[in-house]
Amino acid sequence: MSMTTVEEKYDFSAKAKKNLLITIGIGIFLTVLGIVLMNMGGHHEEGAHEGGHAFSWVNRLGVDIWINNIYFTGIAIVGVFFFALQYAAQAGWSAGIKRIPLAFGSWLPIAGILMLVSFFVFGHDLFHWTHHDLYDTTSHEFDSIINAKKAYFFWPLSEHPSTPVFFIARMLFFFGLWYYLFTKLRKLAFQEDLEGGTASWYNMRKLSAVFLIIFAVTSSIAAWDWVMSIDTHWFSTMFGWYVFASWWVTTLALITFITIHLKEKGLLSIVNENHLHDIGKFVFAFSVFWAYIWFSQFLLIYYANIPEETIYFVERWNNDQYGIIFFVNLFLNFVLPFLLLMPRDAKRHTAILKVVTPIVIFGHWIDFYLMITPGTLKENGGYGLVEFGTMLIYGGAFLYVVLNSLSKAPLFAKNDPMLDESLHHHVL
Amino acid sequence: MSNTKFILGVYEDEDILLSAIKTIRTAGVKIHEVYSPFPVHGIDDVLGYKRSKLSIVAFLFGVLGTSLALVMQVGMMGVDWPMIIGGKDFIPYPSFVPVIFELTVLLAAYGMCFTFFIISDLKPWAKPRIFDLRITDDKHVMAIDLDQNKIDVAKIDQILKDNGASEVNQKTFDEA
Repeated sequence: MSMTTVEEKYDFSAKAKKNLLITIGIGIFLTVLGIVLMNMGGHHEEGAHEGGHAFSWVNRLGVDIWINNIYFTGIAIVGVFFFALQYAAQAGWSAGIKRIPLAFGSWLPIAGILMLVSFFVFGHDLFHWTHHDLYDTTSHEFDSIINAKKAYFFWPLSEHPSTPVFFIARMLFFFGLWYYLFTKLRKLAFQEDLEGGTASWYNMRKLSAVFLIIFAVTSSIAAWDWVMSIDTHWFSTMFGWYVFASWWVTTLALITFITIHLKEKGLLSIVNENHLHDIGKFVFAFSVFWAYIWFSQFLLIYYANIPEETIYFVERWNNDQYGIIFFVNLFLNFVLPFLLLMPRDAKRHTAILKVVTPIVIFGHWIDFYLMITPGTLKENGGYGLVEFGTMLIYGGAFLYVVLNSLSKAPLFAKNDPMLDESLHHHVL
Repeated sequence: MSNTKFILGVYEDEDILLSAIKTIRTAGVKIHEVYSPFPVHGIDDVLGYKRSKLSIVAFLFGVLGTSLALVMQVGMMGVDWPMIIGGKDFIPYPSFVPVIFELTVLLAAYGMCFTFFIISDLKPWAKPRIFDLRITDDKHVMAIDLDQNKIDVAKIDQILKDNGASEVNQKTFDEA
């Protein structure tokens, strides 16, 4: 029973491009409007000026840009991770949808540039550890805990902190390595389109295994560097996992959402409810996994009740500003997907998946908001037009790059040795 | 007291079995059950079985476990014998979560298992009907209950034979 598969291509239409550019335009407008409104009524925050650092709209913009940098970088690299995982696990069911997460990787070079530039522009406001007087024993600002972490940020051998060379080198190294492995994987995938056979598949499997090991280490370190070091005193050994879990479930939800979108356009004819069922199970399972990781980190800190650890949750939970979002985060990312995706039919038909996946995608933006904002903006944080606007700008640009990349190659690999298995995939 | 009489179609190959089930059901013969030595892909659909509601049972038992764990812990720690542990409230909900989780899983699993045993008639004192010893070896056996079918025996025999049955037997069970 062999089915003939026609090569399908995604057409990134002028209309779709225009819609995304309009989204970016609305984002810019909302961001500017938000900044203007903030400055008009901006004199009620006088208490903030006493702390030495005056709060201004630049800080808030910087933090919002940083949230988006982390969030979309994560989706991009975890897209490549999903792709690599299919080869390492020799998965067959996913043959029809593998090109979608692969396209996410196209955002990586832009993400790298954006992150590096925003580190140079906003880094000093974002990261408390960039302040040099923390390492000066003669200064009253001297902080022995941060001083002990000096080597990790600046340079293992440097006596005095100057530019955080080690930190920037890691950032460049991670992005370079990720981008290099992504382009190699993509090249092999497209080579398979032309040459057929199984050689490309075996090469991809080998490369994927290497990628997975590298990704395991680098994604954790990236999470410490870019997110955890904001709360410089605080640390959690679960943090790498926590950030990864959030990235992973967001990416899975986005793959599902784009798959459904493409199917509704009449594309991806080889993907049916059995494949949706599997990817839906992924979203369901990893929403639970995220909650498990989140709770594991929380419970130990809650139960041990050591002040240097509990401060992280005091700032987020026992706080008027963030307290509500703290529970919204759990509700959107655990309670809703857990209950809504539990029935079998919810995962096999698009109606509920189409509602739940955007919730999960948005919910994890909030998760990153909660990781980054309380530590950087403290009581000056908020949520409003600037947050929403920057999210639209980044989201629009990300989708533009990804869909553009997706339109450059066939939607699924016609020579994939796993394609036949995927065509006959059947889930009970 | 009643005698239940079955006609048994023995099949060698699962593909022949699947197409046989289709034609036999369209011919109007009601199939009691099909026994096979290994799971046959797609046999549920062909036999027209509806999806089991066992998952709903599992969910309800899970909810029962959640509630039970909550009531138990709030009752013990908050009402019956309040104690201060680690400076927490008398009813510290986060600390209850692991127990809530465990009892939810436990009751869902056991509840589902025992429900399955009951609805599948797998009680320990049940006397299994053994249609043919070879169903645990290399033969698929289709059992047709004669009481449920108004078509006459010779005709069913013929239909089975026409659709690839390697042999057709009869078996009667004396049931008290």
